[in-house]
Amino acid sequence: MRYSYQRRTCAIARAKMFPKGTKRKFSDSREEPVAGGEDVNQSSLAAVRMLSSYSLQRQSLLDMSLIKLQLCHMLVEPNLCRSVLIANTVRQIQEEMTQDGTWQIMTQALSAANAAAQCSADRLVATEVLCRQTEAAQGEQVPKPFPVVGSEGCPAEEVLEEEEEAAAAEVGMTMSTVSPQAPTSYLPGTFGMDPCWEEEETGEDDDDDDEEEEEDSEECGSGSEGEERERDSLVEDTRTAEQVFGTFEIKNPAPSPDPALEELFSDVDASYYDLDTVLTGMQSVPKMGPYDLLESLSSHGPSPLSSSTSCRSDLNELDHIMEIIVGS
Amino acid sequence: FVGVGGGNDFQWCFSQVKGAIDEDVAEADIISTVEFNYSGELLATGDKGGRVVIFQREQESKNRPHSRGEYNVYSTFQSHEPEFDYLKSLEIEEKINKIRWLPQQNAAHSLLSTNDKTIKLWKISQRDKRAEGYNLKDEDGRLRDPFRITSLRVPVLLPMDRMVEASPRRIFANAHTYHINSISVNSDHETYLSADDLRVNLWHLEITDRSFNIVDIKPANMEELTEVITAAECHPHQCNVFVYSSSKGTIRLCDMRAAALCDRQSKFFEEPEDPSSRSFFSEIISSISDVKFSHSGRYMMTRDYLSVKVWDLNMENRPVETYQVHEYLRSKLCSLYENDCIFDKFECCWNGADSAIMTGSYNNFFRMFDRNTRRDVTLEASRENSKPRAILKARKVSTGGKRKKDEISVDSLDFNKKILHTAWHPKENVIAVAATNNLYIFQDKIN
Repeated sequence: MRYSYQRRTCAIARAKMFPKGTKRKFSDSREEPVAGGEDVNQSSLAAVRMLSSYSLQRQSLLDMSLIKLQLCHMLVEPNLCRSVLIANTVRQIQEEMTQDGTWQIMTQALSAANAAAQCSADRLVATEVLCRQTEAAQGEQVPKPFPVVGSEGCPAEEVLEEEEEAAAAEVGMTMSTVSPQAPTSYLPGTFGMDPCWEEEETGEDDDDDDEEEEEDSEECGSGSEGEERERDSLVEDTRTAEQVFGTFEIKNPAPSPDPALEELFSDVDASYYDLDTVLTGMQSVPKMGPYDLLESLSSHGPSPLSSSTSCRSDLNELDHIMEIIVGS
Repeated sequence: FVGVGGGNDFQWCFSQVKGAIDEDVAEADIISTVEFNYSGELLATGDKGGRVVIFQREQESKNRPHSRGEYNVYSTFQSHEPEFDYLKSLEIEEKINKIRWLPQQNAAHSLLSTNDKTIKLWKISQRDKRAEGYNLKDEDGRLRDPFRITSLRVPVLLPMDRMVEASPRRIFANAHTYHINSISVNSDHETYLSADDLRVNLWHLEITDRSFNIVDIKPANMEELTEVITAAECHPHQCNVFVYSSSKGTIRLCDMRAAALCDRQSKFFEEPEDPSSRSFFSEIISSISDVKFSHSGRYMMTRDYLSVKVWDLNMENRPVETYQVHEYLRSKLCSLYENDCIFDKFECCWNGADSAIMTGSYNNFFRMFDRNTRRDVTLEASRENSKPRAILKARKVSTGGKRKKDEISVDSLDFNKKILHTAWHPKENVIAVAATNNLYIFQDKIN
């Protein structure tokens, strides 16, 4: 798959840039087809010259911060204060790295790797931006949160990818691609949160976002999404920040500006948002909100949308499905 | 040692400890807030499981004149339940973030307790008498047959086992999009404020369906968000004044008479940064985790990661006093960032006379500073020092190479044993210290 190939080349580029490993590490990377060619070698030499323990420390702090921002906060909303402080730290590091030129070197190396891998930087940004829902929308395996190399303090997270270091590298790399154009635009993507309800501007986008929401809550990015979703994600890039920070907004059960939603909630008592109520009022409007969720998840038994009479009888079904989502 | 007035013979002694002893701590039992009421007679704790436990001080007994009244459980109730936001597939924690007592207006006691999203007003009332001898109904409560009633009697009040019940009288919900970090009762006893990461709201205690938004720092574009509100408090005497602190180490004092939306502060408190100590962690450790007005209303105290600062409300450009809580952690900031301890939110408190301040640290240590004598002491809340009336020994963390006999080295500190919440009795030298799932009560030894 092209996606994982891109990530591997990024890892190679990175490994060449900061060869802190042993010979073995170097030879490991040589087994892969080196897609950078001469350009990568030249930029890596320059980087090596700049190496100092401070740079390494700074880089590891950057990696640590990015991973902290990416951690899978599944059940409870993450602490906004903590996230903002980490994001500010990342910004500080990036500013400093820009000033002493390290950032540009990373950018060059990444561009070289990109060119060799025959894909545009934009495409790389789109696919690898640290926003989890974007990746989920790709239908790709979402890189699960991974411990920082050498960091015992990070909470243990599932590791799905073998190239966990590669993922960390790519995270760092994608930032560099984004930065020349928009220094801060990558940051919100690092939160990787579910899209906010209010971001679903049109009815037809709801499907996509609902799918993403469903996937995120499943803690698994795999799905059957195709090219369509990738294109959608490119569009969504520009508003990842809003989505990410926006997820901290809780939607009060007040009517939303979306006409489809208004219709949905028109006969629902807004003061008490309860899945039961919405469910029973929903039978005429097929695909909206958690119903996509239910449809795709329910593998047995009648769909809760079939009729109002079966709604009540399927509430056990609903509980079961909710349990799956919550992962309890 | 430190105490009110700072006499040389002042010492702290162990009084009580509440909570389970065993090593396995249930997450729900972790204490998340501690607060004395206005008289000090009641001590409330909230925990991660959404429960509130209120202790009441027993009357002093003549038998043991040297030991003050002990605190025993008065009432326990479930204040908040976990909720699930189905739309966002996120849980709303039931953890009690703050408890604030309301001034007592009748026989019942009232307090506000809040989790991340909802504030509740609880009324705690007790009954220790019941009426007997009703005319129209018998003891079971069943109505008596009117024809059987042949005589009239006056019901009498008889003592009964004390029954304490807590009931939720008001629920203030749906006003906070972000997580509530503070609540503060106003000196007018009619209103109170609640603050989340980006907004501060003003409520009337009687009105639950609306609140006034008085501070809003949410940027139009969330990408530009770089600062959040970390704490807020009403001035103890001036009901139009309140302060809120930020993650950038600043405090803004606002006057509600100036405008409906207090976006422009009346006073802005910030200490200029020391350029020589600047690091990537400078902003994080400058983030203020707690702000408290002195009882007098003339000063306020802020807690950031490494220090406590006392500010004179009339001087905005720097604090009047700075106390180092655990400066030895400055060289460990990277590790503390890695394990997230750098984001721990420590609280601080004043004693009744505003002459001493207290705050927590790691390894179940807590620190006290005497503002007059400038002396400070480190004490430990541990089961080892839990003999009745045992005097607390001063602890010391060794920073240099050589470690003296009773000292503990920085690397041996247990960062899982953190004291985030402490409270000082409003009038006496009695303190409550929350160490994970245990509540320690210490008092001064009368010589």
